[in-house]
Amino acid sequence: MSFEGIKALLAAKFGADVIVGEETGGLQSALLIDADRITDVCLELRNNPDTYFDFLSSLSGVDYGVEVGKFGVVYHLASIPYKTQLTLKISKENSRDLADLPSFPSIYSVYRSADWHEREAYDMLGIFFEGHPDLRRILMPDDWEGFPLRKDYKNAEYYKGIKID
Amino acid sequence: MNEALQRYTKKIANAAVEDMVLNMGPQHPSTHGVLRLELITDGEIVKEVIPHLGYLHRCFEKHAESLTYQQTIPFTDRMDYLASMNNSHAFVMGVERMMGIDKDIPKRIEYIRVLVCELNRIASHLIAIGTYGIDIGAFTPFLWCFRDREHIMGMLEWASGSRMLYNYIWVGGLFYDLPVGFEERCREFVDYFKPKMVELNELLTDNQVFISRTANVGVLPLDVAINYGCSGPMLRGSGLKWDLRRIDGYSVYPELEFDIPVGTGLMGSVGDCWDRYKVRIDEIEQSLKMVEQCLDRLQKELKRTPEFDPRAKMPRKIIPKAQDYYVRCEGAKGELGFYFMCDGKSEIPTRVKSRGPSFSNLSVLPEISKGVMIADLIAIVGSIDFVLGEVDR
Repeated sequence: MSFEGIKALLAAKFGADVIVGEETGGLQSALLIDADRITDVCLELRNNPDTYFDFLSSLSGVDYGVEVGKFGVVYHLASIPYKTQLTLKISKENSRDLADLPSFPSIYSVYRSADWHEREAYDMLGIFFEGHPDLRRILMPDDWEGFPLRKDYKNAEYYKGIKID
Repeated sequence: MNEALQRYTKKIANAAVEDMVLNMGPQHPSTHGVLRLELITDGEIVKEVIPHLGYLHRCFEKHAESLTYQQTIPFTDRMDYLASMNNSHAFVMGVERMMGIDKDIPKRIEYIRVLVCELNRIASHLIAIGTYGIDIGAFTPFLWCFRDREHIMGMLEWASGSRMLYNYIWVGGLFYDLPVGFEERCREFVDYFKPKMVELNELLTDNQVFISRTANVGVLPLDVAINYGCSGPMLRGSGLKWDLRRIDGYSVYPELEFDIPVGTGLMGSVGDCWDRYKVRIDEIEQSLKMVEQCLDRLQKELKRTPEFDPRAKMPRKIIPKAQDYYVRCEGAKGELGFYFMCDGKSEIPTRVKSRGPSFSNLSVLPEISKGVMIADLIAIVGSIDFVLGEVDR
């Protein structure tokens, strides 16, 4: 199904306000989705026999920079029967305060591959996923402070009293 | 402490009372690197596996966000260090497409890229097969595989100057052209290697002990494999013909003839450890076929000429237009993807996410190893064939 077709399908199923925008300038087009309904959108795209996006290629957390003050998640879906690809994006404004993490719904219930990818996004960027059953750090140690891939991250000088250089 | 961490600590504390908690790794020969598996066991039965990653985390994504594209290529080599060529090929292809120069790359360069990638894939699968044998208790195939892999390492060293981390494929071209006589030596290797595969099959593939240890063990159903994002030999072992070299048809793969081997459940059921192993054996054969076809082209119509410059098409400055791009290609372990975000102004990408195939392939381990024996867990771990450099990046 074409990009326009997917847009029409989602608008018909969830109402036009589920799609908050689109990016069509580059090589790959992306749909900007309402962040709170991403789980339903993914479930529909996976189960609908016209789309069958059954494979989650990649899930990336994104920090859009200190000035923009926005965090987002980018989903790359692939359909094995139709051999098509689709990019979905969600984003939210955030104060960048470590006590107030940006929070998005988890799509763990739709794609199990999101499990570790969401843990990685949490670990690296401090993006919280509601409904994820086991959102621990995955690559960094459990007691690490801060989120290393944030644009305003300051390198730690000590870890458990050991100087890092 | 976050909630999930508290839940986890409590679970381990409770399990230590009723069952036994067993740590496998991080320094364990059969975890193929520094992976720690925390097993909750009831006698010999594994009730749950909790993988702990990150022992080999080298901040690939952070490096990529602070270096230019060209400077990042050596870091991609260090992801899947058993198949470095495939990594840099994927990365370079993504950058070239964003720059819009992917159609201008000379055919000879594309054929050389595919040639070295397929040689590297063979080397990677040889390691997978050899170390899998040693996990199960067969020592000889390991030595044979390493002996044959050494020839490939030697050839690639000749071409690039390095044994494992090549930095050979560059954006818009190659480091150097192939050295004079490479094609002939490569052909010699193919002729030498084909009978060795027959020997290996006799020793390991059809070995009754090996079959008893791997058939019907760690069965991965197709729907589970897809849902967990498994790719490469893992997915094909479960019986799906899904190979990005055919699906996306990137580089010169559409011009090459090859089959896509899938698991058929010949010795047990579809998607068991033996099937995954067999897919790798068959893929070596297909790769050899592709290597021969590349050599044919490189020795006939795409012959080396004195004025051929592999760096001719290299852009001086790599500043792609402002866009996002996700490139995927078939690495030795499965779907290898890079997601780039560029702002159109700087030589440094704002975000690079790498999707290592081993990362997703490994995530299925807790699912397929519930209720197996500890010895079978070793067989399952070996059959996944992950590289920790790529899991942790």
